[in-house]
Amino acid sequence: MSMVAEQHELRDDALNGLQLSTRVEGIWRTPSGFLGALMSVDHKIVGRRYIVTAFAFLLLGGLLAVLMRVQLARSENTFLSADKYNQLFTMHGSTMMFLFAVPVMEAFAVYLVPLMVGTRNLAFPRLNAFSYWMFLFGGCFLWISFAVNVGPDVGWFAYVPLASLQYTPTKRPDVWAQMITFTEVAALAVSVEIVVTVFKQRAPGMTLDRIPLFVWAMLVTAFLVMFAMPSIMVASTSLILDRLVNTRFYDSSSGGHPLLWQHLFWFFGHPEVYIIFIPGTGMVSAILATFARRPVVGYPVIILSLIATGFLSFGLWVHHMFVTGLPQLGAGLFTASSMLIAVPSGLQIFCWLATLWDGRPVYRTPLLFVIGFIVIFVLGGLSGVMVASVPIDTQVHDTYFVVAHFHYVLIGGAVFPLIGAVYYWFPKITGRMLSERLGRWNFWLAFVGFNVAFFPMHILGLIGMPRRVYTYTADMDWAHLNLLSSGGAAIFAFSFALLLVNVIQSLRSGTLAGDNPWDASTLEWATSSPPPPQNFDRIPVVKHRDPLWLDNASLPVVAGLSVERREVLLTSLAEAEPQIREASPEPSIWPLLTAIATTVFFIGSIFTPWAVLWGTPPMAVALIGWFWPAGSKEDEE
Amino acid sequence: MPVPMRTALVPFATLPLAACAGRQSALDPQGLQSDEILRTLFIFLIVAAVVWIAVVIVLCVSMLRRKRTADQPLALDAPFEQATGRVVFALGAATLVIVLGLSILSYAGQRTVFAKDERALTLKIIGHQWWWEVRYEDDSPDKSFVTANEIRIPTGQPVRVELESADVIHSFWVPSLTGKMDLITGQKNELQFTAKNAGVYRGQCAEFCGLQHAHMAFAVLALSPDEFGRWRDHENQSVSSPTNPLGKQGEQLFRGRGCALCHTIRGTLAGGQLGPDLTHVGSRTTVAAGTLPMSSATLAAWIADPQHIKPGNNMPRMPLQSDDLIAIVHYLEQLK
Repeated sequence: MSMVAEQHELRDDALNGLQLSTRVEGIWRTPSGFLGALMSVDHKIVGRRYIVTAFAFLLLGGLLAVLMRVQLARSENTFLSADKYNQLFTMHGSTMMFLFAVPVMEAFAVYLVPLMVGTRNLAFPRLNAFSYWMFLFGGCFLWISFAVNVGPDVGWFAYVPLASLQYTPTKRPDVWAQMITFTEVAALAVSVEIVVTVFKQRAPGMTLDRIPLFVWAMLVTAFLVMFAMPSIMVASTSLILDRLVNTRFYDSSSGGHPLLWQHLFWFFGHPEVYIIFIPGTGMVSAILATFARRPVVGYPVIILSLIATGFLSFGLWVHHMFVTGLPQLGAGLFTASSMLIAVPSGLQIFCWLATLWDGRPVYRTPLLFVIGFIVIFVLGGLSGVMVASVPIDTQVHDTYFVVAHFHYVLIGGAVFPLIGAVYYWFPKITGRMLSERLGRWNFWLAFVGFNVAFFPMHILGLIGMPRRVYTYTADMDWAHLNLLSSGGAAIFAFSFALLLVNVIQSLRSGTLAGDNPWDASTLEWATSSPPPPQNFDRIPVVKHRDPLWLDNASLPVVAGLSVERREVLLTSLAEAEPQIREASPEPSIWPLLTAIATTVFFIGSIFTPWAVLWGTPPMAVALIGWFWPAGSKEDEE
Repeated sequence: MPVPMRTALVPFATLPLAACAGRQSALDPQGLQSDEILRTLFIFLIVAAVVWIAVVIVLCVSMLRRKRTADQPLALDAPFEQATGRVVFALGAATLVIVLGLSILSYAGQRTVFAKDERALTLKIIGHQWWWEVRYEDDSPDKSFVTANEIRIPTGQPVRVELESADVIHSFWVPSLTGKMDLITGQKNELQFTAKNAGVYRGQCAEFCGLQHAHMAFAVLALSPDEFGRWRDHENQSVSSPTNPLGKQGEQLFRGRGCALCHTIRGTLAGGQLGPDLTHVGSRTTVAAGTLPMSSATLAAWIADPQHIKPGNNMPRMPLQSDDLIAIVHYLEQLK
């Protein structure tokens, strides 16, 4: 029976041109209407939502930063109360780390990875939809809590015992801890999708050494997420248990220990930095190759550096705990392991410099942001070498020096590449170019504003200003530098307003981009802008690391996928040889319903342990609906 | 009709605060340890500056130098690629050598900073939300005493502070003397330092510890050994009852209006354990854990409305008549 069915199935080798496009587009299109939008499993639609939502959280988190800078602009300011300020810095850190930096990087991966490896959708597209809804609900949960004055106020690190029930008997730390659970679920889901997509869905011929560097970076990041996030989930769940059902994981009077929290938190927290930074390096490599007009120097060096960074990042969490009274030799070893990460990071920087050296740079906005990245990130990396030293850290730990350091690393290392990436991929995502004139203003204001805002903080830390203080007395001599820093923050914030204006204007009236406006080399530029639902009419075949530079006129393709149902081509892990055709799921409302059920369960369980009981049946129902066998042809065979 | 004390004292709360907090800067080392740390910091700073400038120069040159003209991204020059590979490798190796060198240097500095001296003067510091309990302990109990928010030490002599917390995690930091060390619930940490010069050094809590973390400072007064000895002998003594009527009234009010439930004044019936020991409070330099400089006005403002000056702290606002407040302030001030 199945043989007969197979013979009658229409494949894409029977069709050509417009007929093929229309047909494939028809089966991959997201259903129209509001319900259709909720059912979408298209990685581009989900990815776009992810990016927009993450940027919305960036603006919110940035707004909090501006308010804090207003408060600190002069001594003994009464603009914000202590309580508000403590909520603000907690919300700022949590939002930027959990709702902006990690999600936005994964969002770009969700959008770009399938295009760059030449497939039609991510692996597990429904899981992807679920992941987005969980992220959205978790973020909204945090911000609605903040709006109704239950915003967390114990820092984005929520150290116990301050975050324990005894010292914070409100619901605020629970909100924080459960927001973590939401975003971790979302991040883990995306990681699994990325790993499977990269391993199994690459276009035929895209061997391991032909994978674009951005995809490599996201692959390493995905593994980091999978190994780091469980640690914070254990930590935050134990915290909720301590607070809700009186377990004593962190209670030193009952055999627990507050430092257990710090170990678990930073075992996640330090790789977290690289979870944010490594995608940034991928963006840098992608942008640099295109605008330096040559492949990035040292492709294998960069990949090995990424992997080395990934491994090393798990061996240096203790440098966040140098002043907790650790054994001296142990602390000294973590100094060495922390500094060691300068080697793979340095190698990447050298490769990029060599690329610029030999290339013929075209100074468009994305490249400007990459150059800004190098200048800022190297400084941040070097101040990182300083804080890795135990004696120096005993002075600068928990001061504004560290605030300066990690903003140089995170904004320099991730946000500058990210804004460059926005300028770079905006044409692909929307079909329109961003304004180059506004882009230059955007860059220069961001570059100057950033440095004016954050450089003085190095000095502030050294002259004694601790972090997380809502005010300081007039006799501390910190007012001038703080005012300068606040001025810089205003300029920096304005540069983001320009970006927003640029995006809105260009969406309406930007120049049409065409398929490959930058003459870039990777597969996402081989399809139209924005890409059609099926990404590619036929799956491309890759014969070179830079397929579009090899032969611009015609990209070879394979044929043979069904045009009657959603199918992707699976290939082998190392050599990317075609293996089998695999059905790809249809749009479904179940991921949304499952996310709603999970949300009710998660939020309920910070109020009563019984939520675990009544919260699970709806989830079970939703999951049964999700996985109900649809009886695809493949299953019948 | 008596004016409610709070209203009457509002002007005090806005008095310009005189600068007397002392120095608080890692760049102004006044101790052996802070000296050593600053030396290490400078070496790192120089290495960092050289590397950063080199990178920026290479970046600028690579942007400005003349390039090949044809736009053929894949037409690469094989000898150049090989040479570049060697340069990148060499720079990577250089990075490795530099960071290993710095690690060793750092460890040497760390050994010096954390070196222990058994002859050190020992005191115990217990962190509270949001003040510091300071215990001078001696083998003979009659030489042990408790004070708060101010530490006096002799110059030129190593001091060991044992650090504990009564509630959440705090961090003890006097940047002019040495780096910080956390006070962790259920754990005993310690830190040693030696002040080189006499002076007032400000310290501040460096680990976020809740609502009033910003107002948890203290002063370290480094005195000559002789002066320190005299102070210690004096501080060890209990206070004697005030002789003037206003002082006597103040003492009674201190007991009668609830102050004594939380505060101890040795030699009197006031024996509360929740708040700072006030035995020689009149001789201290600050009020409310380094928040205000000590004076009649600031002390009065603080007692009249602690929640205005340090919102959320654990000292409640006591309804006091103007005369009573003046008496209490007078009493406390003369507890030198």
